Amino acid sequence: MRNGSREFVLESDARAGTDLLAAVASAHASGPGAALTWADSGSARTCRRMWLDTFDWRLYRAGLTLEQIARSGLAELVLTGRDGDVLATERMEDGLKPGWPGLLRELPAGPLRELLEPVAGVRALAPVARATSRVLEQRALNGDAKTVAKLCVDRMSVTYPGRAAAPARLTLVPVRGYQTQADKIGRALGALPGVSDGRMSALDTALAAAGARAGERPGKASAVELSPVMPAATAMAAILTALLDALEANVSGTIKDIDTEFLHDLRIAVRWTRSALKLCGRALPDGLARRFRPEFRWLGDLTAPTRDLDVYLLGFPDMAAGLVGATESELAPFHDHLIRSRMAAHAQLSRGLRSARFSRLTSDWRSELAAVRPARKRPMAAQLAAERIGTAQRQALTAGRLINAASPAESLHELRKRCKELRYLVEMFGSLHDPAQRWQAVRELKSLQDCLGEFQDAEVQTAEIRAFAAQMLADRSAPSETLLAMGEIAAGLARRQRRARSEFDGRFADFASPDSQARLAALTRTAA
Amino acid sequence: MKIFATYNIKGGVGKTSTAVNLGYLAARDGYRVLLWDLDPQGAASFLFRVKPRVKGGGKGLIRGTRSIDAAIKGTDYNNLDLLPADFTYRNLDLLLDSAKRPTRRLATLLAPLKAEYDVVILDCPPSFSLLSESVLRAADLLLVPLIPTTLSVRTLDQLTGFVAELNGHRPDVLAFFSMIDRRKRLHLQIAAELPAARTDFAVTVIPALSVIERMSVQRAPVTAFAPRSQAARQYRALWGEARQRARLAMPGDGRGAG
Repeated sequence: MRNGSREFVLESDARAGTDLLAAVASAHASGPGAALTWADSGSARTCRRMWLDTFDWRLYRAGLTLEQIARSGLAELVLTGRDGDVLATERMEDGLKPGWPGLLRELPAGPLRELLEPVAGVRALAPVARATSRVLEQRALNGDAKTVAKLCVDRMSVTYPGRAAAPARLTLVPVRGYQTQADKIGRALGALPGVSDGRMSALDTALAAAGARAGERPGKASAVELSPVMPAATAMAAILTALLDALEANVSGTIKDIDTEFLHDLRIAVRWTRSALKLCGRALPDGLARRFRPEFRWLGDLTAPTRDLDVYLLGFPDMAAGLVGATESELAPFHDHLIRSRMAAHAQLSRGLRSARFSRLTSDWRSELAAVRPARKRPMAAQLAAERIGTAQRQALTAGRLINAASPAESLHELRKRCKELRYLVEMFGSLHDPAQRWQAVRELKSLQDCLGEFQDAEVQTAEIRAFAAQMLADRSAPSETLLAMGEIAAGLARRQRRARSEFDGRFADFASPDSQARLAALTRTAA
Repeated sequence: MKIFATYNIKGGVGKTSTAVNLGYLAARDGYRVLLWDLDPQGAASFLFRVKPRVKGGGKGLIRGTRSIDAAIKGTDYNNLDLLPADFTYRNLDLLLDSAKRPTRRLATLLAPLKAEYDVVILDCPPSFSLLSESVLRAADLLLVPLIPTTLSVRTLDQLTGFVAELNGHRPDVLAFFSMIDRRKRLHLQIAAELPAARTDFAVTVIPALSVIERMSVQRAPVTAFAPRSQAARQYRALWGEARQRARLAMPGDGRGAG
C-alpha cells in the first residue's frame, strides 16, 4: 500500500493520447526483456475537487494541502503534507459534508481534525480553488500481462478562482514491488518532448491556470517595501494603502461572520491606520490626517463591541474549565447572554459596514491616498521613521517610569498605548531595518506588551462581567447560581490581573535596560 | 488486523480459489489485504500473475534476514497485495524447526504488518506439519474447504480436536463445503445435513463450476472477471459469513492516520 508516485505535466495536450503511450512503450522496450504494453482501466472518472484553506493560507504556509474530492455521492477530505504524502482522510456522505466556509468543529472528530486544529486555530476553512478533473487510468503491463505501474492522465478544468483549463497532469504510480520497472517507465516518459516534470502541486497548477497564487496575504503593512530615501509622504501613502487593502479584504468575511479573525484583522488595520495618522499624519498633505482621523475613530468604535464579545466567547471554554466552586452548566445562562449580545452587536456592526458612511470613507480614503504627492520640504522615509520611533521610545520610557505601586490601572493602560504605538512604528517601517536586528530590538518590548495586555484585558473583562451581571439581573435572565459562577470568574480575572501587575516591574526594567534601549535606538540610526 | 487461513490436510479442495476470491472481495470492500501464498506450488501467485519468487527464499523470511516488507508485491487490484510463493517454501518445516519458538514464528513475522493491513489471508499447502501448527497459532479464523464425503468430515473432526487442545491462542474454525457436485447424491445429502447440525460450518457452499476452473486461464479471481456468476455470488456469501465470524470491523474503523 505504498505510493512513491511521480508527476509530469504535458506542455501540449495533443500528446496525452495513444502516441504518448506508444512512445513510452517503445523507449521502455529498448532494454533486454522489457516488453511493455498498455491497457485501459475503463472509462474516465470525473470528480469535483475543492481545495480548502484559511483566508490567510495557514495550511499552505504550514506545508499542508486539504482537498475535498467528490464523486458519485461520496466526498472525501484528504490532507497531504509537503511531499504529497497522505496524512489523514475523512470520508463523508454527500448530505453530511459540511458547507464551506466552515469551522473545524463542523468536521467529525478524528485524525484529520486533530492535525488541522493546531494549524487553522479559530479560522474557518473556505474554498481557495475548485476544479473538475477527468482522469483516465492506463495500466502498464509486463510480459505476464501483470500491471507494474499505473499512469493517470488528469485533465483539470478550473472553475474557481477563475475559469481555465489546466495543462494535463500525468501521475505515474508504481505497483508495489515493481519500482524498478516504474522508474524505467518514468525515465522514458520524462525524456519525451513536451513532457516535463510536474514540480507544481495540483493546487498550484489550478491556481496558476486561473492566474492566481497561493499563500498571498492581503495588505500587510509591515510587508510594504520602503526605501530610506523615498519621500515620507509617499511612504505613508504606501503603508496606509496596504492597510486599506487589508481592511477591505476583511469586510466581507466580517459581515458574513465566517470566523472571528476577519473582524480581528479588520480592527488591526483600523488601529494601525489610526496610529499612523496620529503619529505620522504630518507627513501627509495638509489636513488629510485631521479630516480622516474622526472617521477611523468611528470605525474603531463600531467594531469594538463585537470584538470584545468575541474575546469573551473564545476564552469561555478555558474560563469554564477553570471553575472550582461552580459547575460549567451553571454558566450556561451567561453563555447564552453573551451569544445574544454578540448577535445584536454583530448586526449593528454589519449595518455600519454596509452603510454609505463606510463606503464613502474607504473610497474617499483610497482616492486621497492615490493622489498624495510629496511636497518639496517634507522629510524622507528614513528620517520620519527615525524621528517617530525615537519619540515613541522616549514617551514609552517616560510613561513607564512614572508608574509605581500606587499608580491606577489607567496609567498602565496609557503605557500600553505608548508601547503599541512604538511597536506599530517599528513594524510599519520594518523594511527599512534588518529583520534580525528588528526582532532583537522588539524582544523586550513584546514581553512588556504581553504583560500589559494581560493586565488590561483582565481589567476590561472584569468591568464587563460586572456590567453583564447587572444586565442579566435586570432582565431576570440569571439564576443566583449563574451569578455566583460569574463571581468566581471575576475572582479568577482579578487573580490574573494581580499576577500581571506583579510581573510588570521586572518586564519594564528589562525594557528600560540600557541594552534594550540601545537596540531600539540602533533602529533610529539605521533608518536615518 | 485479522488473520484468515485457508487450510486442509488434503490438496485440490479449493483452498487457493477461496483465498484468492476472499482476498479480492475483502480488498473491494475497502480492507487493506495481504495474501501470503505459502504453498510452494505457487498457484495463488500464478493467478495474480506474480512470479513465484522471493529474494532470499523461505529461509530469509523465516530467519528474519530478509524483510517481509521488501518481498510484498502489489496485485492488479487496489488494496490487495501478495507475498508470493517460492519453491524453497517446501522446506519451511525444516526452517521452522531450527527457528526459536517455531509454532509462533508466523505470528511473530506478521505482527509488524498490523499498521499496514486490515486482513491477512494465509493460503496454506496441503499438509499437517510444523508449518500448519504455526498457521493455527497465527490465524484468527481457519477457513476449511471440504469435499462432502464422510472421510472429509472425519478429517475436520480431527482438526477441530487438535485445535481444541492447543494451549494459548486458538483459531476459530469455519468449515464449508467446496466443489459440490450436484449430480452426486452423497454430496447433496451431506451438504444438506451437516451444516445444520454443527456450529463450525458455513451455510454457504461452493459448487464445482467450470467458471471457477477458468480462473487459471483468466489468471484472475472469478469474483473479478465474472462478478455476476453463481460462483461469485457464493464466494460473496462465504466472505460475508467469514467476516461476521471473525468479527471484522468495518473498513477504516480504528485506523490511524498514514
